[in-house]
Amino acid sequence: MKKTPLHEKHVALGAKIIDFGGWAMPVQYTNVIDEHKATRTAATLFDICHMGEIEFSGPQATDLLQFALTRDLAGQKIGQVKLSALLNDQGGIIDDLTVYKMAEDFYMLVTNATTLEADFQRIKAILDQKKFNCRMEDISEKTGKLDLQGPRAEEILQTLSDADLKNIRFYHFAQFPVAGIPAIISRSGYTGEDGFEIYAAAEKISLIWDALMDAGRSSGMKPAGLGARDTLRLEAGMMLNGQDMTQEMSPLEVPYGWLVDWSKDFAGKSALVSLRDRGIEKKIAGLEMTGRGIARHGYAVKSGEREIGLVTSGTFAPTLNKAIGLAFIDIEFTAPDTEISIIIRDTASAARVVKLPFYKRPK
Amino acid sequence: MSQNNPADRLYSKDHEWVKDNGDGTAVVGITDYAQEMLTDIVFVELPPVGKKVAQGEPVAMVESVKSVSDVYAPVSGEVIEVNVELENAPDLINTDAFGKGWIAIVKLADKDELKSLLSAADYDTLIREEKH
Repeated sequence: MKKTPLHEKHVALGAKIIDFGGWAMPVQYTNVIDEHKATRTAATLFDICHMGEIEFSGPQATDLLQFALTRDLAGQKIGQVKLSALLNDQGGIIDDLTVYKMAEDFYMLVTNATTLEADFQRIKAILDQKKFNCRMEDISEKTGKLDLQGPRAEEILQTLSDADLKNIRFYHFAQFPVAGIPAIISRSGYTGEDGFEIYAAAEKISLIWDALMDAGRSSGMKPAGLGARDTLRLEAGMMLNGQDMTQEMSPLEVPYGWLVDWSKDFAGKSALVSLRDRGIEKKIAGLEMTGRGIARHGYAVKSGEREIGLVTSGTFAPTLNKAIGLAFIDIEFTAPDTEISIIIRDTASAARVVKLPFYKRPK
Repeated sequence: MSQNNPADRLYSKDHEWVKDNGDGTAVVGITDYAQEMLTDIVFVELPPVGKKVAQGEPVAMVESVKSVSDVYAPVSGEVIEVNVELENAPDLINTDAFGKGWIAIVKLADKDELKSLLSAADYDTLIREEKH
């Protein structure tokens, strides 16, 4: 298994380590509920060094990404982050990724860990075919990433930086030293809370980790693992690629339809247009259990006796204190308040379709 | 270990405990080590009273935030009582695995099966090995 630069720190903290797509990652330090609640009430620090980063530079960097990705990037400003999708020729989702515009002809793309290679190959193929004047480089190995999330994230990070963090708006970033280490600081995340994604050189990332662990102690900050990351993102109604979305699903079938700009040309568009014209049969919907039990990935979903789909993500939601999930089901059952049932160990348990997100942070 | 394994009961290799009531019935639960491995238990699926179980077969199900795990019957018999408290407070298993977190009472089908289980000392050794 691959290890992040922080692996020894996780072991020393007593973390439970799991194999996440070939990476040895901390799933929890104490327990998921503690770490989840700490993120909602104070702050937590996540090692996200496993995620991928690809740099694009050259006069046609914008042209390449504008064609490779579904979202319109023409209006993106330097210092702005945009979520987008990368499709295959069938209109299926290869990855959801964030686009950082660093300069007019310079971008950083942040990918999921398990799809980095597929993303790189797909965009490289587009680059070669279209012969854009752009250079792309996988900088994942030399880039470290930490997520500092929670209502107290800003005050903690502020103690380690001279720049005023208040000037960084949601889904924007800036570059300045954190604890003396050059870094990219983005106000964004995968938890539904305020917070930051911090990028720095892989060999220096442990210095930022240590500084944050010290700085955050008095604010109740603690490290959190992938277990809490998953329950947090699910409460916030965010998809997990490879689980709620697969290459067999298009953006029309997930709550990410807004990522598609139909006015421009992009890779996978013609297939997506025919899917749109034909009409989709299934879509991802949020659900909450009204009966007993917890919906889990892979459980069947029924309406009466009719099987209408499968649960893609399901968990006990610590903030909401109830069982929630996402399911990929026949579209006529996706309206909020539709009564459905989840088959848990051969028994139908009642559930209800609900609007996403499940949780919205108080402003 | 936050709790020692009490000497007044027997243990399975799958981390269940059995307390022989001496009247042909026994209380069954999961060990403190098991709850530590599972962490934050959020749901317990109890067997119906009257269910007949065989040693080593699933008798209940415990779910943490992230996992679903079988509880295997450490002895064969008929379930005569279940801990309904767990339906509203599944975390009793986390806070008191050997006490308030008990799962079921079983009318023993074969008292000899108790001999196949581990003593507290043997179970201590087993989990020490598992931790390495």
